Amino acid sequence: MVGIVIVSHSAMLAQGVVDLTRMMASDCPIAAAGGLDDGSFGTSYEKIMKAIEDVHGPDGVAILMDMGSAVMTTEMVLEDLPYTDVKMVDCPIAEGAVAATIASVGGGSLDSVIADALSAKDMQKF
Amino acid sequence: MDSKRVLDTILAIGKRIEEDKDFLTELDNVIGDGDHGINMARGFHMVEEKLPPLEGKDIGTLLKTTGMTLVSTVGGASGPLYGTAFMKAGMVMAGKEEMSLEDFFVCMDAAIEGVKMRGKGDKGEKTMLDAMIPALGAMKASASEGADTKTALKAGVAASKEGVEYTKTIIATKGRASYVGERSIGHQDPGATSFTDMLEVICEVF
Repeated sequence: MVGIVIVSHSAMLAQGVVDLTRMMASDCPIAAAGGLDDGSFGTSYEKIMKAIEDVHGPDGVAILMDMGSAVMTTEMVLEDLPYTDVKMVDCPIAEGAVAATIASVGGGSLDSVIADALSAKDMQKF
Repeated sequence: MDSKRVLDTILAIGKRIEEDKDFLTELDNVIGDGDHGINMARGFHMVEEKLPPLEGKDIGTLLKTTGMTLVSTVGGASGPLYGTAFMKAGMVMAGKEEMSLEDFFVCMDAAIEGVKMRGKGDKGEKTMLDAMIPALGAMKASASEGADTKTALKAGVAASKEGVEYTKTIIATKGRASYVGERSIGHQDPGATSFTDMLEVICEVF
């Protein structure tokens, strides 16, 4: 299964997104990388790297981020890792995570997981 | 400037950032998420711990370590941005024990390209680049007219300050300030301000 990493400035938000996805895709390899080590708001290079390593497998990893330094720090982590199957996805973080994890437990490839996460941009709520 | 002077300069920058942290945070409160000063101070506090044991190493190692420490500790956008800037400068100075003014210009060029690449930005978007780019332009112009290092650095500081003033007049299109939109006009960019602090310290220490 494709692994999913959730990067946020907020530890609670990242964990909350992970918990949300467990409602429909409890078997998906997913890791939260939110906040700094002391629990304050911010983006942690180490947490992101650890999260990727925790969920990385033969099917690769899709990374979802909230904004700003979550994106830039993730880019820097990827520059320092040797993987070619770890991709960042530009999609809404909660909705994209739900779509991505469902696709992952359904056996989707990295590309199809990413496509499903991206479709969250057009999701109509009402 | 030799490796020891570079180390001392980086530590002096850290002290200056610490002194200015409340002002930088206040700027970021108005048009950002209110953490620039706090974040930068945290980052440089860790730099203050990591750098002294590396005394005697080449300048590249000092700059790269500073960059990596900032990425790992700052927590906000200035971490990856300044982190990349210092790391790119570190690559320029790999193995070198002395930094000439020409070396400094090459470092600044690499740093600016790094910030542009990392932030996907350019001049005129109300970012640190609006201080960095004019500062380097002014220093190069001053040096090419035959000015000594101190004079060139002073020209850089003046241009950097003008850049900060310029950022007050434009709308933010990058970073958290871009969410604030029109209300960002009239307020100076925190990143341009902290860069000016850094260049002032470099000029003072030289």
